[in-house]
Amino acid sequence: MSGGDYGDRGNRDLSIAKPGGMGEARPVREGGHEHAAPGGPFLIGEAMTGGYGRGADILHSCTIAVERGEIAVIVGPNGAGKSTAMKAVFGMLNLREGSVRLDGEDITELSPQARVRKGMGFVPQTHNIFTSMTVEENLEMGAFIRDDDFRGTMAQVYDLFPILKEKRRQAAGELSGGQRQQVAVGRALMTQPKVLMLDEPTAGVSPIVMDELFDRIIEVARTGLPVLMVEQNARQALEIADKAYVLVQGRNAHTGTGKELLADDEVRRSFLGG
Amino acid sequence: MRPAARSGTERGADPMDALNALVALANFVLIPAMAYGSQLALGALGVTLIYGILRFSNFAHGDTMAIGTMITILVTWGLQALGVSLSPLPTALLAIPFGIAGTALLVLGTDRLIYRFYREQKAKPVILVIVSMGVMFIYNGLTRFVIGPNDQDFDDGTRFLISARDFKAMTGLDEGLALKSTQAITVVTAVIVVALLFWFLNRTRTGKSMRAYSDNEDLALLSGINPERVVTVTWIIVSALAVVAGTLYGLDKSFKPFTYFQLLLPIFASAIVGGLGSPLGAIAGGFIIAFSEVGITYAWKKVATYLLPEALEPSGLVQLMSTDYKFAVSFVILIIVLLFRPTGLFKGKSV
Repeated sequence: MSGGDYGDRGNRDLSIAKPGGMGEARPVREGGHEHAAPGGPFLIGEAMTGGYGRGADILHSCTIAVERGEIAVIVGPNGAGKSTAMKAVFGMLNLREGSVRLDGEDITELSPQARVRKGMGFVPQTHNIFTSMTVEENLEMGAFIRDDDFRGTMAQVYDLFPILKEKRRQAAGELSGGQRQQVAVGRALMTQPKVLMLDEPTAGVSPIVMDELFDRIIEVARTGLPVLMVEQNARQALEIADKAYVLVQGRNAHTGTGKELLADDEVRRSFLGG
Repeated sequence: MRPAARSGTERGADPMDALNALVALANFVLIPAMAYGSQLALGALGVTLIYGILRFSNFAHGDTMAIGTMITILVTWGLQALGVSLSPLPTALLAIPFGIAGTALLVLGTDRLIYRFYREQKAKPVILVIVSMGVMFIYNGLTRFVIGPNDQDFDDGTRFLISARDFKAMTGLDEGLALKSTQAITVVTAVIVVALLFWFLNRTRTGKSMRAYSDNEDLALLSGINPERVVTVTWIIVSALAVVAGTLYGLDKSFKPFTYFQLLLPIFASAIVGGLGSPLGAIAGGFIIAFSEVGITYAWKKVATYLLPEALEPSGLVQLMSTDYKFAVSFVILIIVLLFRPTGLFKGKSV
């Protein structure tokens, strides 16, 4: 958090303080309970309003949802609150209004770690791997909540991303950008989630790697796993989207299927460069 | 210090001289520094774990050691009163688990009451450094209030494994080599504790989750790792390290609250020299500081007299610095490292 409540004075003296790796999230506290809330989409963040800490609201009654077996995509200009919306769905910030429901349950009061246990997997945009740990340890940490034998899942991840198997003993921080993204997605898959949330999985990777990653994501979605994804490459993302949301300044601007939005004149003019 | 007693015969080519020099060196430098280094390493490991996982330098660590040792001493006295003994080993070794439990409770209570508040505010680490200083003063006062500011000797085990006299009789050398049992216990315990710690951090699920939290808090949260649990486990391990380090130091020397407060400097020097956040560095740093401190404050006259030809025999003590200034050694090493290699020798992964 920039500035924060206490400022940054004296904090860069690494001989006494280690700000690196510090969490920015202000997650929902532990101890909340879920309530039954039947009906509705598989995962929905409905009418979410909120921001970081005591700061101004970033989301204004924003709604995003994904149905079983579908790919939902969130696009929008920089600063539209796309990443914030994803974090809000995951409980990484406190909502002032609105609710999050998963599979017929209201999980608004659950902490992020409880949501992981409910079957949500999330790949953040940045800092999405444990750089000082090996690839294999990253995947193990993905499976942290599992008490059963997860070697089968690990083998599946290695099948999906063969390069990771080769580099499994290497520190994840030493890998290239594309490989890091694969580790990040692999880590999230290790929980065997019921829904996968990806925040700009293709940010900062070359176009070839990007196509490759898109293919893998589609492959994952085809197994029936719902995918909710934020994407900068709006055109490519809308082409594969069953459902798409355009956010502007923390509000829903347009909603529809990927094809509808691609065909929508206003969306094309504003976000797809004509 | 008396220069080596020597018969009137011509000296120089005597191979015994080299051996005597070696024994004197081992007796006055190598063995004490080894034991002291182990104690510093254990202390520095505690500091480095807090730094790596909770992200701040814990200035209360010296006094955590003091308070933990105090609890151990009190339990030792209780055990002695009950007639329990571990002879020939010191009874304090039996009391260590109680010391660890008591310290862990105290430290976890402190965390609940104080540190957690700042963690929830996402306070910057430097704030926690200052907070730990406040905790230091409170622990410090608590220790003095309960056990008093004076020296306490609580070692009731056999004093020597090998005494200087026995060694001389055994080898026929002029120099004696004394190995205190506390020195042997210190080194053995340190090796066991360090091995356990490394196994825990690198092989167990909980240990790995601690490294994950250290690396990236938010991602740890997204992996379902409970941060409060990581923090709790960290404090318990740090309590154990502090109590073991403090008790070993107290057995080897003596227990005095102020000395433990002063230990903070060499401990921090060790952790920083090795590279904050790197457990391996903390151990290396501990030995570097210990050997420098002992080596620089040792009067080398005796060793030099054995080794040098008569013409070069030193007239002074050949002591670089009086033992009163031993803390200056840590200070100077600390400054040199911070100037030329701020990440430490082992490049703390996370610094």
